[in-house]
Amino acid sequence: MTNVIKLSAADLSGLLVERSISSVEVTQAHLDQIAAVDTGVHAFLHVAGEAALAAAARVDARRAAGEVLGPLAGVPIAIKDVLATIDMPSTAGSKILEGWIPPYDATVVRRVRDAGLILLGKTNMDEFAMGSSTEFSAYGPTHNPWDYDRIPGGSGGGSAAAVSSFEAPLALGSDTGGSIRQPAAVTGSVGVKPTYGGVSRYGSIALASSLDQVGPVTRTVLDAALLHDVIGGHDPLDSTSLTDTWPSMAAAARAGLADGALTGVRVGVIKELSGDGFQAGVAQRFTETLTLLSAAGAEIVEISAPSFEYAIAAYYLILPAEASSNLARFDSVRFGIRVNPEDGPLTSERVMAATRDAGFGPEVKRRIILGTYALSAGYYDAYYGSAQKVRTLIQRDFDAAFSKVDVLVSPSAPTTAFKFGEKMADPMAMYLNDVTTIPANLAGVPGMSLPMGLAPEDGLPVGLQIMAPAKMDARLYSFGAAVEALLEASWGHTLLSRAPELARREMFAGTATSTAFTSTEGAV
Amino acid sequence: MSEITAEQVAHLANLARIDLSSEEIARLTTELGQIVDSVAKVAEVATPDVPATSHPMPLTNVFRADTVVPSLTVEQALSGAPDRDGDKFRVPAILDEE
Repeated sequence: MTNVIKLSAADLSGLLVERSISSVEVTQAHLDQIAAVDTGVHAFLHVAGEAALAAAARVDARRAAGEVLGPLAGVPIAIKDVLATIDMPSTAGSKILEGWIPPYDATVVRRVRDAGLILLGKTNMDEFAMGSSTEFSAYGPTHNPWDYDRIPGGSGGGSAAAVSSFEAPLALGSDTGGSIRQPAAVTGSVGVKPTYGGVSRYGSIALASSLDQVGPVTRTVLDAALLHDVIGGHDPLDSTSLTDTWPSMAAAARAGLADGALTGVRVGVIKELSGDGFQAGVAQRFTETLTLLSAAGAEIVEISAPSFEYAIAAYYLILPAEASSNLARFDSVRFGIRVNPEDGPLTSERVMAATRDAGFGPEVKRRIILGTYALSAGYYDAYYGSAQKVRTLIQRDFDAAFSKVDVLVSPSAPTTAFKFGEKMADPMAMYLNDVTTIPANLAGVPGMSLPMGLAPEDGLPVGLQIMAPAKMDARLYSFGAAVEALLEASWGHTLLSRAPELARREMFAGTATSTAFTSTEGAV
Repeated sequence: MSEITAEQVAHLANLARIDLSSEEIARLTTELGQIVDSVAKVAEVATPDVPATSHPMPLTNVFRADTVVPSLTVEQALSGAPDRDGDKFRVPAILDEE
């Protein structure tokens, strides 16, 4: 039997359905991998080993009794810590929520449970999803499985590192300005930000409500599609949830594998998201991918999106404004920690201020103050009001582009994974990292990142970003699956098969057992 | 250049209810100045003829059916509270002594 943890969710599904492997075996193999490598990777903030094995045993029993379950029943999944889970702490990477166990599940969490997926635990992230590196997590950074001295991207570095280090075949992420796509790019995995409103945000701890979107984090396009089919669709508990009926994303991904799937597809290359400002190896792999696409029958069209130049500026006004308002709920009354001021009277106002000083990290404070400034009387029109107009201009650029092409492509990130500390001293340098991913969030259109090679100068993964018109998520999956197959055929292997073997921690008695795992329960 | 002062940052911190130290205020004053300078470019293209967009997929009048559905119990709602008194959240004095 091949190594279980290296299999895709789609392949695991096949084995589980035909009952040639049990969910308990699959779950145990992933828990063993977490126990063996997560000391180095630190993708997880919490591991729920016993609960996962119990849930796996229940799925096995139901299948043994002849029940027909969904395709992903019995497949393990990791959950980004921004999502509320009724049986696990949900901190959003912040000290202010340390140990908080929500009294409810996020809708997406409820849906993966109902579909029989096995929740392995919660993954690390930048505090309240503010960051591009996980360096702003209050619980220490996650390390890139390709090079432990480098960032795994952010904010969802934990979910991306979990799938790329084979600790989980699937994970959930959230993407406000690139937090699913940029980590996918720098870890050699796949990530999808669905159309705004396509996946419920109920129970997702809010960062910027007009931008946040929950989506799949996986190693293959088909796996992302399978997970999208589980989590997507209308949710009456989220007032921004779209009521549309969606096609099967998995069927769309499989359609992309048909011969000639790329013939005649009009692929737009955004002039403003290529050329200068991109690392040489990123630009090179992007150009090579365009050549491959062209040879496969796609038509490459250059597109100009002049307003994209203003996207970062608009984003770093809209996001802090919405975040400063959303994070007002952390008031030391209903949930989270409470810290009293060192001296002076104990009033609610002063306790709240002391709690927020102690509970929030530097980036969260920076963005709350910036957002409070942008929303202040006298500045509102110049900053927040203008940013909302830029948003209109960016939507118009997308509309114009999609009148000429079927999909848009760009590199997912300007560089490969950078080293820890490189951008910590300069907030603007960190913000510029999101230049490629932010436009999709401002316009609400879906975006995907998939691996398109290793940069020759550093041997690190490079991601291709694909964007489609709003509500055309299925097109992303068809095109993405076709590009993935084309690239892998040109390499003769998957990109992640080139990732370094991770050092494994010594197991008790020389074997990876559940006993060895249990010793780290909840404390990974 | 923007004219962000330490007094202004201290005022914003007070509005945002974050008890910042003087070192944090000094650092944020510099950083905020740099960030504001760089995001202020939105004004270059935000001309009066361009309408504002607040939401990428505008939806209006989202209602649910007027039926009773299960909600959190008192125990669940209080489960994460830092302090409680019976069935209520317990908070420090809400009025200043002055």
